Amino acid sequence: MTEENSVEIVNVTKRFGSFTAVNNVSLSIRRGEFFSLLGPSGCGKTTLLRMIAGFEQPQEGQLLLNGEDITRLPPNERKVNTIFQSYALFPHMTLWDNIAYGLKIARRGKAEIKQEVEKMLALIQMEEQAYKKPDQISGGQKQRVAIARALINKPQVLLLDEPLAALDLKLRQRMLIELDNIHDEVGITFIYVTHDQGEAMSLSDRIAVMNGGRIEQIGTSGEIYEAPRSSFVAAFIGDTNFFEGVVAAELDKDYNRTRVEGLGDVVCFNDKNIQLNAPIHLSVRPEKLRISRDRPDPNPHFNVLSGVVEDIVYLGSHTRYWVRTGDYRISINQQHGRFLLDERAIKWKDQVFIWWHADDGFMLEQYSEHDELLMTLPDAPAKP
Amino acid sequence: MKRSRLPLFTTVFILLFFYVPILLLVLNSFNASRFGGSWEGFTLNWYVRLFNDGPIWTALRNTLIIAVSSTLVSMILGTLAAFALHRYNTRLQRIHYTLIYTPLVVPDILMGMSLLLFFVAMGFQLGLTTIFLAHVTFCISYVAMVVLARLQDFDFSVIEASQDLGAGWWDTLWRVLLPMLAPGIAAGGLLAFTLSIDDFVITFFVSGPGSTTLPIRIYSMMKHSRNMPIINALSTILLVVTFLAVWSSQRLTREKRT
Repeated sequence: MTEENSVEIVNVTKRFGSFTAVNNVSLSIRRGEFFSLLGPSGCGKTTLLRMIAGFEQPQEGQLLLNGEDITRLPPNERKVNTIFQSYALFPHMTLWDNIAYGLKIARRGKAEIKQEVEKMLALIQMEEQAYKKPDQISGGQKQRVAIARALINKPQVLLLDEPLAALDLKLRQRMLIELDNIHDEVGITFIYVTHDQGEAMSLSDRIAVMNGGRIEQIGTSGEIYEAPRSSFVAAFIGDTNFFEGVVAAELDKDYNRTRVEGLGDVVCFNDKNIQLNAPIHLSVRPEKLRISRDRPDPNPHFNVLSGVVEDIVYLGSHTRYWVRTGDYRISINQQHGRFLLDERAIKWKDQVFIWWHADDGFMLEQYSEHDELLMTLPDAPAKP
Repeated sequence: MKRSRLPLFTTVFILLFFYVPILLLVLNSFNASRFGGSWEGFTLNWYVRLFNDGPIWTALRNTLIIAVSSTLVSMILGTLAAFALHRYNTRLQRIHYTLIYTPLVVPDILMGMSLLLFFVAMGFQLGLTTIFLAHVTFCISYVAMVVLARLQDFDFSVIEASQDLGAGWWDTLWRVLLPMLAPGIAAGGLLAFTLSIDDFVITFFVSGPGSTTLPIRIYSMMKHSRNMPIINALSTILLVVTFLAVWSSQRLTREKRT
């Protein structure tokens, strides 16, 4: 345990009856970090958060807050506060009383409470509405009051349980920026639970992607997107194309040759030391692929396939193509430079070449059927 | 398009059917005629005689003592029962629910008789205490049902929020749970109060000498026709009191929804 760690989760397991919600999870969250727990519903992220808050007790493992064991401490004795998904404001109290609640419970002096509440109201810019009741304000405002009510206790960690899920898209984007600003201002550790990869990627210093009660990968947004460590992560974060194959040969210390069923051999960067002959999934993001009617210049690190364009969707900033190659339906995002000057635009049913650099494909262990269910992308199935 | 007048007519007819008898009673309480067959001029005579009738006031006192005490006790017990019913969901709770619900549907006369048999068997002296116990048994059910309905759309995350903000169970109970449930508990209490005040059948079985309540007093007065106008006056007063109680109970339950 180093001084920089704010929350330490050590081999924590939580079961509800025969269902294991959190399965032997270990995790260190640094002081002042904006840390996200990201995953599909039922992956255990909320259970993990509720254990840090004290609403659930793990059957096994330990929870440390600033090096102190809090595993068996009741929620009211932990220096952490929670923003609930439903906000959970007290409906019978004014916003002022809602925010003052923590200090009143702590039996602080009247003058001190007044000063602190006013400071919080200023932080969330709601001085004017202080004497309204929660049912008289909008969802975004409730959200801000919930944040003020939690922060007034000066928690060491703020837990946020899908705080933006109940808001509409526009408001969500504004609250994202606001949350980020508040995090910068108060400088405490935020632990943020969400199933929305966009929210997690834009806010977090680091993200833990969870699936089936386990952590699949911990890393920065960039690491998780660019270098997913499992098929689940690759599919859950953004879109990707999967190819099934077998590691066929080692070319040199960095590159492998992989045999993809029905497509022949491709060159891949090997950073996982996956064994020869191991069945793998090769993941290539749509924006890493290039498409043209002309064959690209030969390059030993390029993988070139040919196929037929099946669908084209113009999306403004880029165009998405679906190309049929053997059994695969591959999606490609291509930006269009010099739009009107391009020789001849790619059309439906055109014969095209698609290619990617070996470094942009990731060899991953094959995913299970359960993962596949969660990853199914309705608009761009990787296979027919 | 011309709107049908049928709904208007049915509504007016039903309202007349409901309220004309009550209106007649109120009018007759100011009627100088003893038999109420025809209007013989306005009088407050019956009210004066009512106020001079000692036994009625003793009966009213008994009624209020029982109504207030049984309401308070059933508010506490009913709320606790509602909590237990909402919190735990076992097979035993389904039996518990049925037991709480049954007094609402069991005929009063059956309740009264069984309670009487029970009290006699247990060697209880029939009197105010037995009436109080009998009233508590059916009032609990009403309070429990009203509070349970409130609990069903109660967002329990506020309880967690309170704990999360540092409150122990005592602070959470007094600052969050009870204030939020207060309208429901009060509405259940008012319902219990009105039911207790005008209960006749059950009270008739379990009352003893010297424990006459108002409804029973009224019944015995009706045996003599000369008392009829006094009963009209008394009923009018009861009507006003009951109306006020029901009205404020509705106000309390509606408050949260607006």
